[in-house]
Amino acid sequence: MIWTLLGVPLASAAAAFAIRADGPRRGLLLAAALTHAALTAACWTIQPAPVFGGYLALDAAGRLFLSLLSALFLAASFYGAGYLRAAGRTKEEEDAAGFLFANAPEAVFTGCLLCFLGTMSLAVLSQHFGLLWVGIEATTLCSAPLIHFHRQRRSLEATWKYLLVCSVGIALALLGNFFLAVAARQHHDLLMTVPELVAQAGRLDKQWLKAAFLLFLVGYGTKMGLAPMHTWLPDAHSEAPSVVSALLSGALLNCAFLALLRVNAVLAAAGLADFSGELLVGFGLLSMAVAAAFIIGQGDFKRLLAYSSVEHMGILAFGAGLGAAAPAALLHAVNHSLTKGFLFLTAGNLLAASRTKSVGEIRGLLRALPRSGALWLVGFLAITGSPPFGTFVSELWILQGALARHRGVLAALYLAFLAAVFAAMASVVLKMSQGEPSDRLKEVPGDDADPWRFWPPALLAAAVLVLGLWVPPPLLDAVREAAAVLGMR
Amino acid sequence: MSFWLESLIILVVLCNLRVLGSSRLTACIQTVALQGALLGLLPVLAHLDALSARLLLQAAASTVLKAAVFPWLLNRALRQAGLQREVEPFVGFTASLAAGVLFLGAALWLAARLPHAGPEALSRLVPTALFTIFVGLFVIVSRRQAVTQVLGYLVFENGIYAFGMAFAEKQPLLVELGILLDVFMGVFVMGITLFHIHREFDHLDTDRLTALRDS
Repeated sequence: MIWTLLGVPLASAAAAFAIRADGPRRGLLLAAALTHAALTAACWTIQPAPVFGGYLALDAAGRLFLSLLSALFLAASFYGAGYLRAAGRTKEEEDAAGFLFANAPEAVFTGCLLCFLGTMSLAVLSQHFGLLWVGIEATTLCSAPLIHFHRQRRSLEATWKYLLVCSVGIALALLGNFFLAVAARQHHDLLMTVPELVAQAGRLDKQWLKAAFLLFLVGYGTKMGLAPMHTWLPDAHSEAPSVVSALLSGALLNCAFLALLRVNAVLAAAGLADFSGELLVGFGLLSMAVAAAFIIGQGDFKRLLAYSSVEHMGILAFGAGLGAAAPAALLHAVNHSLTKGFLFLTAGNLLAASRTKSVGEIRGLLRALPRSGALWLVGFLAITGSPPFGTFVSELWILQGALARHRGVLAALYLAFLAAVFAAMASVVLKMSQGEPSDRLKEVPGDDADPWRFWPPALLAAAVLVLGLWVPPPLLDAVREAAAVLGMR
Repeated sequence: MSFWLESLIILVVLCNLRVLGSSRLTACIQTVALQGALLGLLPVLAHLDALSARLLLQAAASTVLKAAVFPWLLNRALRQAGLQREVEPFVGFTASLAAGVLFLGAALWLAARLPHAGPEALSRLVPTALFTIFVGLFVIVSRRQAVTQVLGYLVFENGIYAFGMAFAEKQPLLVELGILLDVFMGVFVMGITLFHIHREFDHLDTDRLTALRDS
């Protein structure tokens, strides 16, 4: 079953490179996404057997993140099929400065998208630290061509920064792997797998373990978008096609977060939970502060969403570091992925209609694009953690966790950053939504009615709303179980 | 045997200094390739008495990639990009070499402070590995051209590889090969991106890639 989960995306990717006709290739993308989602759903009833000597296995944490990844990819693939159909009609597009550019071949885009799904699944399923590293690094390489789908200067610049910053960051995580191996050097029988190291954590050398965690934090933190290693993130998210941005933000950042949590589990088992927790809390709050500073007065709505991802990764690190709030942090990962996924997809609709990412040139969304405009407004409320959306529940739960640990100052800082982001985003989004439609939106092409590009974000939005009103008990159990597997309590 | 090992280690250090001090890109590419080949041979020399198929396969894969495939990819990128064969540093060559000497001192100091571990024969590799890592990072930030940044990444990667060799023999073969494959794909994708950067901008200067920023 695990081999099938990895094999379906990778085999489809190979086929996608070979198929010449556009129609069947889009069908293949949908079929692969549906198969992956069905297999993932089946994992909730049938526990898949570990394969490859236990290096690949699905534990509770892996299952939660795999489901999230699979659901988001399903939504993105339907949206992507509609997007490719629309993009395929015009040979060249015009960028904000009026230059014409062509898009990359569709076969490359679809193939890399499926490879991206396969490598992210590998990262989530890996129980071996070396294999985990291979998976995370492979996601960088598959997604670089996706960011460069629009063959123009800005996306090229973003791709280069993404490749270089992430490769160097991830290379530091490889050094972290070696440090971890050194920490276990006195016991040559130890395997570098997560369960084995957690079980034998007491025998590891504490100094080397601490140093390894620092390297992992910088390495995987780069990929996760924690400040101050987040510099690639706003560029890549704003220049990639929106469907890719949704996957980068909703799925890829989570994979890096999970990788960091797996290392954290080893430290917690070795009795170093305070050391790693304090670091996570510190980087989390720093990320929230940096994101808030750049969201205030942000003039590009996709960069706005990108910085919001930095903020939410900060919230995740903060929650995970607090220990008591760990299940809440995992629940927040679910909420953030769904919300940010539909926000980026909606942003794609806005961009397709207005042909600009500039906040100043968009007014009167609610009148010009009633459906996408409404989704945009709903998305703003959801991402800032307003009731009755799921993010409100998880952010409140994290706050309770902070107060339960008597960390009043940290809780106050956390609330202050959330409030700052809320105010800054409100001023941007409300201005965009209200009033008379601006020139850019006067002659809207019929895209707002395209069901392929409306229903995927709308269904994700509905899911976030439901999670705010009622958290299903199986999800709550899954989140608690995952936190227990990751040693956070 | 230890004579050969020590000579290899000294050569690796000299390669680092040559990367810092050389003004010609092709010379830098050759030097990094040589360094990769030396590091590929090192585990074979260190374990001459206990050679295994796993060790030989790993050494062969890494040597072929680092000494032949990467230089070929980078030279191809250079050819496609045309004339720019000078390194164009932000930090001058003399200053770079001086920084290199400082890095060497820092690496020796740090290695002496690390808790001692691993097989004795290879423990002398640790300062070299740290030195190589520092030099790689320095080249990435102090050089202007995108090709040189890729070279810096390779030197950095060599350093990490050397560190892994000195300490850890715990990775299973498939994981090792996976890591090599990732590095190979990384350089490959970077090569393609270099080609696009050159076609789009007519230069490879990363300090002129400044369209994306927040004021």
